[in-house]
Parts: sequence; structure tokens; C-alpha cells
Amino acid sequence: MTDDPRLLRYEVEELFFAYVECLDEGEIERWPDFFTEDCLYKIISRENFERGLPLAAMLCEGRGGLMDRVVSVTTTSVYHDRALRHLLSNIRVKGVANGVIDVQANYAVLETLTNEFTTVFNAGKYLDKLVRQGDGLKFKEKLCVFDSVMVPTSLIFPI
Amino acid sequence: MNEPLPYKWPEEGNSRIPYWVYSDPRVYEREQERVFGGASYSFVALEADIPNPGDFKRTRIGDRPVVVVRDTDGGVNVLVNRCAHRGARYCYREHGNAKEFTCPYHQWTYDLTGALTGVPFRHGVKKQGGMPDDFKLEDHHLEALKCALRGGVIFASFDHSMPAFEDYLGPKMLGYFDRVFDGRELGILGYSRQRMRANWKLMFENLKDPYHASLLHVFLVSFGLFRADNPSQVQMDEKTGMHSVQVSRRGEQKASEGTREMRQFDQELRLHNPEMLQPVPEFPGDATVVMQTIWPNLIVQQQSNTLAMRQIQTLDAETFELHWTFFGYADDDDAMTMRRLRQANLMGPAGFVSVDDSEVMEAAQFGLGKYPDSEAVVEMGGRGVEDQDHMVTEVSIRAFYDHYRNVMGF
Repeated sequence: MTDDPRLLRYEVEELFFAYVECLDEGEIERWPDFFTEDCLYKIISRENFERGLPLAAMLCEGRGGLMDRVVSVTTTSVYHDRALRHLLSNIRVKGVANGVIDVQANYAVLETLTNEFTTVFNAGKYLDKLVRQGDGLKFKEKLCVFDSVMVPTSLIFPI
Repeated sequence: MNEPLPYKWPEEGNSRIPYWVYSDPRVYEREQERVFGGASYSFVALEADIPNPGDFKRTRIGDRPVVVVRDTDGGVNVLVNRCAHRGARYCYREHGNAKEFTCPYHQWTYDLTGALTGVPFRHGVKKQGGMPDDFKLEDHHLEALKCALRGGVIFASFDHSMPAFEDYLGPKMLGYFDRVFDGRELGILGYSRQRMRANWKLMFENLKDPYHASLLHVFLVSFGLFRADNPSQVQMDEKTGMHSVQVSRRGEQKASEGTREMRQFDQELRLHNPEMLQPVPEFPGDATVVMQTIWPNLIVQQQSNTLAMRQIQTLDAETFELHWTFFGYADDDDAMTMRRLRQANLMGPAGFVSVDDSEVMEAAQFGLGKYPDSEAVVEMGGRGVEDQDHMVTEVSIRAFYDHYRNVMGF
């Protein structure tokens, strides 16, 4: 683990940028590679999160859970074509303890359906736990807490 | 609203649905009055949403805003969210706890039963102004709805002459309702909401249409959770056809006559986390899926161990919202709670299964919405409205429209 906060910040930002690039470029098969084997991934509304209610819109336990989402997006689900684009800001390392790096960041996902204007589909914050594995960082936990309880139509792709 | 509409229902009757019912604003206005505002019980909340005195929750019946509140004596009141003075929406938080409600506009104050308790400057200021001498607080209470409670579920009606909820449902539908709401205390797992660019009736029809479920939902069918060849029933209430239920049993993941005509059936599909689809039986009988639709705004979902209320709220003729409340029982152990949360992946805005429905309902609206003079053909399983013991049918859609036409005068 590097002791240099500037270097750590650079590494964390690189991970986040590569992560959203993977999603935005439609390379969802590579999405699970950003996580540890025993990871936890959730997309949860701010309302449920703040009220201590456990229901997530999307819950993936371990990489298996992520891969099942990949299968559903690429194979079983039926949906309209769309382009998605993540905007990230305020990526902050909140603390480092016992090899776990706590990171918080803001995100906005723009959605563009065929022949429609681009809209802000979902906005919120990531509350993540990162660990070093091999020579890079991976998400051990990724929590996407989205601000508006109201989802326009459906939430198909991971955030 | 008795303005005659320039439409006539197709001569074939319930086996046709004219597309003007999904897009005409005048039809929508009549629905607000007769369907949601008329002789019906709308779902408004679970008792577990508002467990303590003063707890409240905002919701809508059709598109009309109401507040559901737990009274100091433990009773439940459903009040219109419209101040008796100038009509402002006085309750502006989605949920919370209150001792009383004060409208922000002129601070008229109501107790939890909706009784008006205070009007600022009622007697004027420095002997000037104020309400007339004959102004009485008791003439200006909030409009309260008729409430019905059963098994921890709260329904409300604008029509105070409604029969008991049990008679409204009828014995057959009540049996399915009581199966889930058997008196055990419920526990809220969380809420989800979606706004859909489609007419609200398409949502109801979706749950009354097992024909689509066995074709559209590759996920559901491939894993045997719901298939055309599983033993199944489609049943309606005894009197009207307005409520219905789809009952089915889990099958196997194998190719069969029921999957032969399904283009995308994938026998080799495997889950990496199969525990998501390992339900534990918890209800009497052998049914593993019971989807009940209760006129005019509720779907009770029991798919394996995932339980949810799906409440329909309308915004306009071509937009509705689906408000999901996922729940379990207060005495669930941690393993059962985890199972319910895992299986919740099937449903909701990101559901492995329900995503297909949301997308397809919009596709339906985009298609039919601009062709009001055309009509749907609903002849799977015949043209009648009787109960059926299979899933290759659209019978409960026909039954729904049989009742709808009566209510709407079509």
C-alpha cells in the first residue's frame, strides 16, 4: 500500500475512470473484472438507505451476482436501445484502514434513447470500499445511492 | 362528467379493446371520477408503513393526493391532501410523524382525524377582519375517506356507501388475499418507484396476461419459474371480473411443448448465483406464484419468497407510476429476509423479469397511442370470461373490461 496520498488518489481516480469507461463503452462483460471475488454491489435509493431499509433495486453478491446481471443484460432482458454516459465528480478518499480504502464520489448518468433528447437518468453517490489485489485496486464493495426514488421506466444497466 | 364521448365499443364486445381507452384525456378524466373516485377500494398503505401514532404517508388514489395517518388511538385515517381553505397541499413530506397538520399557506391546522382545530386571525386583529360570526370550525374539516383494514393492509374509498371490503373482494379473492395477509405482523423491506410512459390499464393487463409471461420473460421461463406448461389457474371474483388472480407452480428447466414456440428459450442458461432462485415454501398449498390484481390500483405479488404491493398511481392518460412496497413478516429470521431481498432482484425497476414489462408497456403505448380508432384482439382462451385452468389465455383481461365498460358506461 502506497503511503503517498497523491499517488493513491491518482490510482483511485484511474480505477473510477476505467470503471465508467467500461460501462459507457458497452463493454459490460468486463464489468465484473473491477470487483473482488467476494464483492457486494448494490444500487439503492437514498430513501431506503437513509431510512435503514435494506431493499436494493439491484443487489449482487460476489462476482457471480455481477455475472448474472451481465447475462440478463446481454441475453434475457428485453429493452429499447440506449446510450449511457457517466459523469464523475468529487472523488474523495475518505479513509484508509486495514488495507481497505473508503472512497466517496458523485455520479450522474446521462441516458439517450434512440431519437430522444439526452436526459439525466440517475444521479447519486458511490460509497465504495477498495482493496489492493495483485498490482491494482478492486472494488470490494460498491454502493450506488441514488437521489430520486423515482426511476424513469427501468434500470437495466449497472451504474 | 357525463359529456358523451364520440366513441362506441367494438361490436365483438370484450374480445376487443379500442385503443382510445389508452390515450384520450376525456376517458382518463372519467376514470378519475368513476374508477378511482367511485365505488372502489384503493390500496393506500400497509399498516407497517405507519406503525406509531402520528405516523403518516402521502400517496395518491388515481391522481388525487391523499394522506394516510395513524391516529392517537391507533386507528387509521385517510384524508385528502387538500386544505379546506384554499386547496393547498398541506402535507408536503412523503412520510413522517406529526401531532397535527398545519397548512403552510395560512396555517389552518387540523388534528389527525382531519378536524379543523385552528384558523389564525379567526376573530380578527385589533377588532378588524376575521371570519364571520357564524363561521364554524366543524363545517370545514378535511374530507376523510372511508377506510377498510384487513390483515395489515389499508384501503380507502371516496364512496362512503361502499360495502365491507370482504364483500367487495368476494370469497374466492379473499381466500388468496388472506393467504399472504394471514394476520402476521408485516415488516417493510423497502420501496421502489417507477414512472412509465404508458396508460395505467396496461399495467393491470400485464398481470392479467399469462400469455405474455410465458413468451416475453426468457428469464422467468428458462428457469421454470413460470411457464405455459406448469399447472396453473386464472380466476376472477364471483360477481364482476374486476379482481383476478394468476396461480402457478414452479416447473423445471427443460425444453417441452410449452417452450417449443418460444424463440429465445435457453435450456443451457445457468445462474452463477443459483441461490437467488431457491425459494422456501412458506404458504399453504403447492402454488409458488400468486399474482392478484385488486380493482382499481393494486397488484399483490407473491413470486417464490418475494412479496410486494404494486400500487398504480396515474399522472395522465399516457403516464402512470408504479409504487412498490417490498415486505416480509416481522418474525422472519435473517435467512428469510436475505432470501426475500435476493429474490427482489427479479422485480422492481431493475428486475430480471419486470424490466421486460416496463419496456414492453411503453412499446405498447408508443404503438397504440396514436391509433385510437384501431383495436386490440383479445381472443386467447376464447371470448368468454370464465375461470380457466391454464395459462394460454387472456380471459382475465376480458373480465376486467367487462367490468370497466359497466363502470365507464362504454
